[in-house]
Amino acid sequence: MSKELIRLQNVCMAFDDELVLDHLNLYFNDKEFLTLLGPSGCGKTTTLRIIGGFATPTSGDVLFDGVRINDVPPYQRQINTVFQKYALFPRLDVFENVAFGLRMQKRPDPNNPKKMVKIPEKEIEQRVMEMLEVVSLKGFERRKPEALSGGQQQRVAIARALVNRPKVLLLDEPLAALDLKLRKDMQIELKRIQQQVGITFIYVTHDQEEALTMSDTVVVMDQGTIQQIGTPEDIYNEPKNAFVADFIGESNIIDGIMVKDKVVKMYGKEFPCLDGGFAENEPVDVVIRPEDIDIVPVEQGQLIGTVTSVTFKGMQYDIIVDFRGFKWLIQTTDHCPEGSRIGIKIDPDGFHIMKKSQYSGMFGDYSSFSEEYDELDDASLTLDEEESGDAE
Amino acid sequence: MRKNNSLFNRFFMVLTFVFLYAPIALLIIFSFNAGSSNTVWKGFSLEWYGKLFSNRIIMQSVYTTLLVSVLATVIATVAGTFAAIGFFAMRRKIRDPLMTVNNIPMMNADIVTGVSLCLFFVAFFGLFQKVTGTRLTLGFGTLLIAHIGFNIPYVILSVGPKLRQMDKNLIDAAMDLGCIWMQAFWKVILPEIKPGIVSGALTAFTMSIDDFVISYFTAGSSASTLAMTIYGMTKKRVSPQINAISTLLFVTVLVLLAIVNIREARQERLAAKKHI
Repeated sequence: MSKELIRLQNVCMAFDDELVLDHLNLYFNDKEFLTLLGPSGCGKTTTLRIIGGFATPTSGDVLFDGVRINDVPPYQRQINTVFQKYALFPRLDVFENVAFGLRMQKRPDPNNPKKMVKIPEKEIEQRVMEMLEVVSLKGFERRKPEALSGGQQQRVAIARALVNRPKVLLLDEPLAALDLKLRKDMQIELKRIQQQVGITFIYVTHDQEEALTMSDTVVVMDQGTIQQIGTPEDIYNEPKNAFVADFIGESNIIDGIMVKDKVVKMYGKEFPCLDGGFAENEPVDVVIRPEDIDIVPVEQGQLIGTVTSVTFKGMQYDIIVDFRGFKWLIQTTDHCPEGSRIGIKIDPDGFHIMKKSQYSGMFGDYSSFSEEYDELDDASLTLDEEESGDAE
Repeated sequence: MRKNNSLFNRFFMVLTFVFLYAPIALLIIFSFNAGSSNTVWKGFSLEWYGKLFSNRIIMQSVYTTLLVSVLATVIATVAGTFAAIGFFAMRRKIRDPLMTVNNIPMMNADIVTGVSLCLFFVAFFGLFQKVTGTRLTLGFGTLLIAHIGFNIPYVILSVGPKLRQMDKNLIDAAMDLGCIWMQAFWKVILPEIKPGIVSGALTAFTMSIDDFVISYFTAGSSASTLAMTIYGMTKKRVSPQINAISTLLFVTVLVLLAIVNIREARQERLAAKKHI
């Protein structure tokens, strides 16, 4: 891709004795859409605040275009932010909110370069109107923020940041407060805006689907460390450890042994797969995505299990199948009644083999399926936790 | 049975109001009395108000009271507002105990505050004289310091909630868009917390106008507030001038309190409307 713009070097952040960021090393390319993805408290918002200049790292360096900017205050950075819940100025109308940054700016007078002057009113008006057009909000100039819907407020916040022509736009869970339908529309809208203005977007979210839809690069974080960096496809298809596999999409994660290259053993049976490069008989985590499993008659099955629950999801059924005490999630268009015995078949490319990590054994069993879903759906809960966690 | 009960309640309510307000009503009525008697009505007159305004001692103390109240209010409002912002920026673990410390002076008996301030000033003056050889005495300066001191907690108490209602990210947003902290304060924080500041200032002003006990112990002999002057006059003979000046004081405080309460009620209504 294009050239590197921001680099975090060995960045650590501690609140009291709690280490929120642990030796973070990360770089951001110019013009890319990068997403920091992770559960609440993983340090993603803190990372964003460090880049924006609202927090100073306990140790380590922040480089912008190769220059150290640890101590550069937010108003001197070529970076603007779209805040959680927008943070529009309630007493100013849409036009004045967007114009705020321009009114604060001073630049050298074209006739007398030593003198700093304000941006002329005419140019401010032109740039504000231009930006309102980009976010499809023409005609709303004189509305107060409270008279706008959530999605419109969101657009004002984006326009207010972009009108300053920053090199980087930071977005802190900008869609979390919107309903599902609007969120989907705004995802596409945001991607369009990013391509139109052609700058770097750094996006923070705990929603894996959002991250996969919009990003060029996804950075998966947990407990203040980076778990994996890659394209959405890489992250989904080749998760590095059980945490990433579980956090991105749905995964069955089973204990296995890599007998030799392209042969993995689980449940005492050998399966052909495509992975290699492990030691002989190395214990591994085997990831099988729910959509990669075919249901076959019992006599043809590589494994045989009992269906313990069936949930209708519209496009498919989510069924939980018990294989000797370990519960799998399988997505199928066939209806298998609860209690029936079924066989399954997995193609070699349906296996993804991962090295054992600190996360092994923590994820990938669907015994408590419903609870897990509840947790993921409750976005407001995780938002609040994130806020208080970072503030204290 | 129920009706009786409610009649009983009403009777006591009326009785309470009579006890509370009858003396004040009496005072107001007799401030307009033509004679110098406080018991016999001799016809309507503004005589005592006229005498009041030509009484140099009283006018001097009115001036002192207004000056100390205005100065103390302005200084306490500025100091209290910034103190509230400081509290707001603190972590909860530190903020909550400090807020309790802030609230104690408001509940503390005035007499204790007054005496302790008096002792403190005298002790400080003693030390000051030892070091510099200059003798300082209680007076307008100490009175002002005392008033600023007891006003600050009220300002903090009324600004604090406004800060907590404000979206924390607003300050970050302003700084993100090119403001240094002070600009963010003027452009963003101040408009948001202005209602709290005004309420705080009005409360502080009322407290200052109203105060007797703390002033009595900190003003020394050179300065005298209105309340102190009235107290001094009652020691000799209760002149109807006292009725007149007390009436004016009562009306002033009443108006101020009414403004504070109406403002608060209106804000609550507005806030409630916003949430719907």
